[in-house]
Amino acid sequence: MRIIQTSEITENIKEMCIEANHFLSKDMKECLEKAVYEETEPLGKQVLCQLKENLQIAGQDMIPICQDTGMAVVFMEIGQEVSLEGALLEDAVNEGVRRGYVEGYLRKSVVKDPLMRENTKDNTPAVLHCEIAPGDKVRITVAPKGFGSENMSRIFMLKPSDGVEGVKEAVLNAVKEAGPNACPPMVVGVGIGGTFEKCALMAKKALSRPVKEHSPLPHIKELEEELLEMINKTGIGPGGLGGDVTAFAVNINTYPTHIAGLPVAVNICCHVNRHVVREI
Amino acid sequence: MDRYINAPISDEDAKQLRAGDCVYLTGTIYTARDAAHKRMYETLKEGGELPLNLQGETIYYMGPSPAREGRPIGSAGPTTSSRMDKYTPDFLDRGLKGMIGKGKRSEEVKAAIVKNRAVYFAAVGGAGALLSRSIKSSRIVAYEDLGTEAVRKLQVENFPAIVVIDSLGNDLYQKVLENSAKE
Repeated sequence: MRIIQTSEITENIKEMCIEANHFLSKDMKECLEKAVYEETEPLGKQVLCQLKENLQIAGQDMIPICQDTGMAVVFMEIGQEVSLEGALLEDAVNEGVRRGYVEGYLRKSVVKDPLMRENTKDNTPAVLHCEIAPGDKVRITVAPKGFGSENMSRIFMLKPSDGVEGVKEAVLNAVKEAGPNACPPMVVGVGIGGTFEKCALMAKKALSRPVKEHSPLPHIKELEEELLEMINKTGIGPGGLGGDVTAFAVNINTYPTHIAGLPVAVNICCHVNRHVVREI
Repeated sequence: MDRYINAPISDEDAKQLRAGDCVYLTGTIYTARDAAHKRMYETLKEGGELPLNLQGETIYYMGPSPAREGRPIGSAGPTTSSRMDKYTPDFLDRGLKGMIGKGKRSEEVKAAIVKNRAVYFAAVGGAGALLSRSIKSSRIVAYEDLGTEAVRKLQVENFPAIVVIDSLGNDLYQKVLENSAKE
């Protein structure tokens, strides 16, 4: 057994919250730069140039890329040969989020009760998803999620007879409905299959996959490409002000499902698709 | 077309702006988002007085991240406007002239914009670091207990925004969707 102190997890999460909110991953940055060249609508191009400049300023001056520094979504793959010591894992994660958001000048956007709506003032709690994985490492993904795009995410419990055409229609409708509200160019995370909650979780996880990486399944890769083309043909464009670049990528995850069902979840992320991954 | 205008926005400027215009705003604007809107709306319903006079003013739907030392504000981009739709027609009827946010508005808001000769702008969502450079000062004027959702008075200089709904009811987002439906 390898022993890992949960205080080490706290420290990493703190740093990852700050990093994610000031720097985008290399693949997201490259997508944005490419889009600036490819966009043909002048207003769309102007928006993309502003976004590129925004990223530079964020990193240089340490100002969050977006003022909505999100709710902290944390994925943990914990090796089966790891033994965690110290504070309870959930508390260690929340302490990391607390320190990251307070020390990193990040916005506190979490309310304690969804109906009473009193701000917790330190952005806790995080939304923590744990999985047991092989090996003796802990792999952490911190993905702060803004709610402009989260609010435009949808789940559809389709019928098996709806088939792939039904899936395409569902994704396209969600994107069209989102339009300017979700801060396009978006990244579209899709879950197909599983159960209600499994499907939503797959869609969320798909957002952390590099934008240039496709599903290993040939028919799903094809669907990702086709959907991206359809979405970019809507003309919604950067900022929803019209243009060719409405989405950077469609990432799909799938899972076996029930004979009676075809769940489809669409988790939309804005162009500030933040995620930092570390392995300890 | 590019236009440089002052805030508070004059009736004349509001009337002349057209959907699709790129505007650079200089002057005074206020921030208010979900919680502040709710509180103001309830205050009015109870017959109370608002902490600011809406007459002729512009509200920016924005809740900033905390400012680092020596800076007026943190990241400061727009939030989704539609969450304010419920409260907006009433505010427009009480003299609100301009709104800055992002995303679609309801038919009720659009009608109130036309009725009151007001204007709805979008700032670029997710460009909070860039937009913070146009904000020269920020002071909380009400509801401090709401944290990021408090009402702030901002001095802005050449704050970039795009006219989405003008005083005639032209809607840039709708035009984009209609164009894509035609193709």
